[in-house]
Amino acid sequence: MSKNEISGGEAIVRALENEGVEYLFGISGGSVIPIFDAIVTTKTKIKMVLTRHEQGATHMADGYARATGKPGVVLVTSGPGATNALTGMMTAHMDSVPMVVMTGQSIRPMLGKDAFQEADIFGMAMPVVKHSYLVRETNDIPRIFHEAFHISASGRPGPVLIDIPKDVSAGVCSQDARADMDLPGYKPQVPPDHEAIMQMAEALSKSRRPVLLVGHGALISGAAAQVRAFAEKMNAPVMTTFLGKGAFPETHALSLGWPGMHGTAYANKALCECDLVMSIGCRFDDRILGRQDLFCQKAVKLHVDIDPAEIGKMIQPDVHCVGDAREVIEELTKHVGRLNTEEWVEHLANYKKNFPLKYRKTGGLKMQHVIDELYRMTQGRAVVVTDVGQHQMWAGQFYRTDYPDNWISSGGAGTMGFGVPAAVGAQFGRPNDLVVCISGDGGFQMMNQELTTAVIHKLPIKFFVMNNHYLGMVRQWQELFYEDRKSGVDLEGNPDFVKMAEAYGMKGFNLKRPGDVKRILKKALDYNEGPCLVNAEVEKTDNVFPMVPAGKPLEDMLIARPRHKLDKPTGST
Amino acid sequence: MNQMMANGTQTHTLSALVANKPGVLARIAQVFARRGFNIDSLVVSPTRDGNFSRMTMTALGDPSGLDQIIKQVNKLVDVIHCSDLTDQNIVVKELMLIKMRIEAELRTEVLQVAEHFGARSVDLTDESLTMMITGNSDKLDAYVELCKKYNIIELVRTGKVVMARGPKET
Repeated sequence: MSKNEISGGEAIVRALENEGVEYLFGISGGSVIPIFDAIVTTKTKIKMVLTRHEQGATHMADGYARATGKPGVVLVTSGPGATNALTGMMTAHMDSVPMVVMTGQSIRPMLGKDAFQEADIFGMAMPVVKHSYLVRETNDIPRIFHEAFHISASGRPGPVLIDIPKDVSAGVCSQDARADMDLPGYKPQVPPDHEAIMQMAEALSKSRRPVLLVGHGALISGAAAQVRAFAEKMNAPVMTTFLGKGAFPETHALSLGWPGMHGTAYANKALCECDLVMSIGCRFDDRILGRQDLFCQKAVKLHVDIDPAEIGKMIQPDVHCVGDAREVIEELTKHVGRLNTEEWVEHLANYKKNFPLKYRKTGGLKMQHVIDELYRMTQGRAVVVTDVGQHQMWAGQFYRTDYPDNWISSGGAGTMGFGVPAAVGAQFGRPNDLVVCISGDGGFQMMNQELTTAVIHKLPIKFFVMNNHYLGMVRQWQELFYEDRKSGVDLEGNPDFVKMAEAYGMKGFNLKRPGDVKRILKKALDYNEGPCLVNAEVEKTDNVFPMVPAGKPLEDMLIARPRHKLDKPTGST
Repeated sequence: MNQMMANGTQTHTLSALVANKPGVLARIAQVFARRGFNIDSLVVSPTRDGNFSRMTMTALGDPSGLDQIIKQVNKLVDVIHCSDLTDQNIVVKELMLIKMRIEAELRTEVLQVAEHFGARSVDLTDESLTMMITGNSDKLDAYVELCKKYNIIELVRTGKVVMARGPKET
């Protein structure tokens, strides 16, 4: 190498430094050795977090990204290393999370020849990434990395894959190689259309029963303050979607919590009765709509989204505005006044009083009880990371979120195994905040090997395993819709999770009786020498309500277990 | 060119300006396939500026589904723009080669038919005749119809290429 040249690996590390990367999450392997070597030879300040599974690395990057708003970065090897990362890319893609995933690849002359650990990850990942690259020239590294980070974080964020053949990372890169972006087809954001904003203001001014449906897009755009000012100025009730939790304080008098399949009764009732629904960065997910053609049939529909492909995808709006939520709401707030909503707000307050989220305080230990107590003891200030299933819905219901970026959960993808690694990533990103991870016994065991990562880095995460010895959500469906025929849901034979925690070098606590909840939670919250785990032996067959059976309209919401037999749901999952 | 089917589906002609790189076609094809649309014809060629390619596609499906597909295609980073040109003011042309087994005694008749359609012969042997015809798709269809009574060995069509009329770019 001449003086004017650096290795491909070095060029990659420099490019990552230029993007302000703090952490890399990943696992080494044959085809990425030149990059791992450059991490040492360049003496970079970027810290490499060695995970125990590539899927874990992607969820860590995801948790880091959701907790900080910055792209999470993954570095894994080719073949199985790359395919293991697919689930994490898909999870990030569904929830619009910025992420850059580097995969190693066979050397260029071997591509397409079934070389050892060759996988066409570029082809496989296409439907689950925002964009992808196969680096064909070492000199392209500065430009491709610059573009990848820009694409990942701008507009509607998402994962970007960079597949790097080993002879490219081992090759030489000229110091003069340009990093200028060349993206003529990429238009991540357009300024909001003034005409649409005026039409929205007009529609709002006529509404007596409006609701704001605030989604993850509002959080991504950093619009929490703007949404609050907007809602308060109009005196309009707000529901935040499951992923939008924190975009508007759930303890605010105007908050209705989250709507949809397991959302609050009052949010769903508000959607059934409103005369106007305004989505701000929400994509009208099928969990929210119930039966699509009957959703808010009589209401005027307004839709603000940064992604033009979301307009009319599920719901045809009367007025839409493509643009950044913060910009649109800031502008729109100037053109609205206080609405005539006193009656409506009071009507909904009655619903909140008459149909609260609740659980039985008698009998065995309940997940809701643990979560409810956790909420109180942490004053609602924890960064809550969940896995997927019943515990996730109850965490959403009983851990109310008042602050942006404090709620991290796999929504669109519903990826079991997300919780543990995402909590690790979140704690890396937010070292000074309390991070709690709430998992079920099913999802916990899909990624529990990443506890090691938490232990090695002494991350003070509180891991809760809500252990009902079942894949509880599926069991609930089987009970309600399949005459309680349990099939493929019994997790009897789980290991002793406290012993497991101890084997990992963590502190573990068993929680079995309702009377012990406060005491054990206090012990866990006070524990300060790295991570700890609480194994909560909860009631085995409790069910999550409210529930809108998949494919049914919101009007058919079940507030409690019905006595009559239910039809098999027509909607997906 | 705008064929309306009984079930409300319609043949659409789409044009896309895309980056001229490996993988772009696969990305676009995935968007169609995932939503159950079959691409009937596809023409891809570099534009005057070799960094870009022009794709012309025809696809059959219901218009609302296609709207979503166009939005998704436009979202792809490598796509500069994609639009539905059905019913727009455009020039549409297609080229076809058709090879027939023609004995010497029928040759004159076949060439007369060809002359009527503006087709011309591009290959001739003792047993076969290959004709080339360009024009809009209806004309090509009509020509095939007439050729059916001869012995068609094979035919190949390029699929539609389109261009906006007047000075503006497609």
